Amino acid sequence: MPGTTDRGGITLEGISRVFGGGIVAVDQIDLAIRPGEFFTLLGPSGCGKTTLLRMIAGFETPDSGRIVISGREMQTVPPHRRAVNTVFQSYALFPHLNVAENIGFGLRMRGIARAERKFRTDQIMALLQIDDFATRNPAQLSGGQRQRVALARALVNEPEVVLLDEPLSALDAKLRAELQVELMRMQKRLGMTFIFVTHDQQEALVMSDRIAVMERGRLLQVGPVLDVYEQPRSVFVAEFLGLSNIWPITPAPGNTADTPLGRLTIVTPIGNERTAMIRPEKIWIYNDTAAPLDRPNIFRGTVREAIYMGASTQYRVELHDGSIVLALDTNNQAAERSWQPGEAVALEIKPENIILIDG
Amino acid sequence: MSALTGSPFLQGTAERAERAARALRLWITAGPGLVWIVIFLILPSAILLAIGFFSIGNYGNPHLPLTLEPFREVAGYSILGWSPDNIETILRSLLQAISAAILTILLAYPVVFFIVAQPVALRPLLLLFVILPSWTNQVVRTYAWMELLGPGSALSHLAQTLGFIPPHLGLMPGVFAMQIGLTYNYLPYMVVPLYAAAEKLDWTLVEAGRDLYASGTKLFWSAVFPQTIPGLLSGIILVAIPAFGDYVVPTLLGGGKSMMIGSLIASQFLDTPNWPYGAALTIFMLVFTCGGLIVFRVMSKRLGTSEGSMI
Ligand SMILES: Nc1ncnc2c1ncn2[C@@H]1O[C@H](COP(=O)(O)OP(=O)(O)OP(=O)(O)O)[C@@H](O)[C@H]1O
Ligand SMILES: [Mg+2]
Repeated sequence: MPGTTDRGGITLEGISRVFGGGIVAVDQIDLAIRPGEFFTLLGPSGCGKTTLLRMIAGFETPDSGRIVISGREMQTVPPHRRAVNTVFQSYALFPHLNVAENIGFGLRMRGIARAERKFRTDQIMALLQIDDFATRNPAQLSGGQRQRVALARALVNEPEVVLLDEPLSALDAKLRAELQVELMRMQKRLGMTFIFVTHDQQEALVMSDRIAVMERGRLLQVGPVLDVYEQPRSVFVAEFLGLSNIWPITPAPGNTADTPLGRLTIVTPIGNERTAMIRPEKIWIYNDTAAPLDRPNIFRGTVREAIYMGASTQYRVELHDGSIVLALDTNNQAAERSWQPGEAVALEIKPENIILIDG
Repeated sequence: MSALTGSPFLQGTAERAERAARALRLWITAGPGLVWIVIFLILPSAILLAIGFFSIGNYGNPHLPLTLEPFREVAGYSILGWSPDNIETILRSLLQAISAAILTILLAYPVVFFIVAQPVALRPLLLLFVILPSWTNQVVRTYAWMELLGPGSALSHLAQTLGFIPPHLGLMPGVFAMQIGLTYNYLPYMVVPLYAAAEKLDWTLVEAGRDLYASGTKLFWSAVFPQTIPGLLSGIILVAIPAFGDYVVPTLLGGGKSMMIGSLIASQFLDTPNWPYGAALTIFMLVFTCGGLIVFRVMSKRLGTSEGSMI
């Protein structure tokens, strides 16, 4: 049986969607999502994330391409027959039903008995901390409460695939962190496939098995969180996910390259790459007097800005030639390892931490 | 400034001036409407109510002494004893109004959703086609139905051949013709509020319904219908109340055997003048309609969805 092993798997082949006026919302996307995977879509506003989800849910018909869910061709399958539930970006709660009725809607439509419906609804409401509002109408809820009802309404059905369009965006930091854990736990326990859209990189990094970075309807890079973060293959991905220092490079003799900072030693000779990238947290920072001058890629400069971020501090360091380098340092040491604007420092850019990017 | 407000005398006048200004504003904004209501609603009703307590003069006009006779007559009592005629008339009117509302609902939903399914630019034109007939005189439109349903008409011949009606009779006059006339005349009053509700329908709710396994009629009842309830309630009121008291349709299409309360009242002023009786009937109808409205309102409140409708 083809359906059993691939339960919850999704395959997209050459999916495109062009709206009236020639707006290409989704452009030739190929993607294979594994059963039980937590897959996250990242990308700037308007890049086509919602449109892609809508095609998987069946609300939008691709202009070209194939969608296969759980081993079944989806071409002619209407939304109500897909084992897919959606947490809508706009929540789309039924205003004439109360919270419990909203959540129980899908179970009711599938003809599940009242007792079991109540049991499952109560359970998910407790999990998402909305059991106090069971009899309220959506209009009487706050944004964050509505969002949790939308989440519960999809999850209670325990479908093979859940599409979550920014499902935690309206929650405060604490609740958000709690629900992130809760969602991951539930997803793993029930073996559901999650396709998750978020604008919050931290959230994407914490929760996902794999992420895809989208731009203008195309997938720029797909891979495990670690790979995409550590080995971005384009400037866009590097800049979109996390902070980065990016410099154009020209090859120089040996394992070196010329950059606006000066000559940079790298690990391997340069091929076609014309850009170097390094994450701020991979840059070592020293008191000017303690600079390890015997090592390569030591640059001296002055702290121009120190942004305290709790666990770490972000420094903007101006080098002597005027270029700016971002460096991040954890605040795990005593005060001698923190610098004030105006202080002279030295930066070390270790060759093995430099990522070379094509183009 | 502080010296001014500090003086209790000046403060008092300032407050009084403020209150006077507010009263003036209230009169300017609400005044014209109030005058209109008093002149065209309260005053005529009061006069009618008064007439209802008079005896009948030689020409049907109100005459002294004052009496409760007209109201007793409304209840069915006359010198000939009690007759169920009035109760039947009222029940018939009520039934006709309710079934007109139901028929217009059944017709309006497909029409409205057909219009809403069209491109935005086309919708006002299509809506205009629905409304356009109601710009002509109701009497003219009802006359047209007399032609269509009269004994010699093609439709009547068809009905005779199929055995629905005896030979040589028409589909008109009668309850059937009256129902057609009412439904036809009041359809726009159902379509317009329903259209208003359907046009601003939140289609993401329909998607949510489809996402949660609903389809077909289940989807309609769970995700579409609830959103149209405010328009529906407005439409029911706009159709049922005037249909209940309609005078043109029962007079032209109903015939003598299918009297409705509107034509009964009219005949007290036009045919067999009996002003006090006509006035009493009118007052009764007014109270009955208000009572009906209140019952309707309570019922729709219980539905929990009267929000946004005009009641
Ligand atoms: N129904 C539509 N008709 C025309 N254009 C549309 C339609 N829906 C979306 N678009 C366009 O398609 C593009 C992708 O939209 P989409 O909603 O998928 O973006 P998104 O990635 O979800 O953005 P956000 O992060 O802001 O939610 C946008 O340029 C949008 O304007
Ligand atoms: Mg979106």
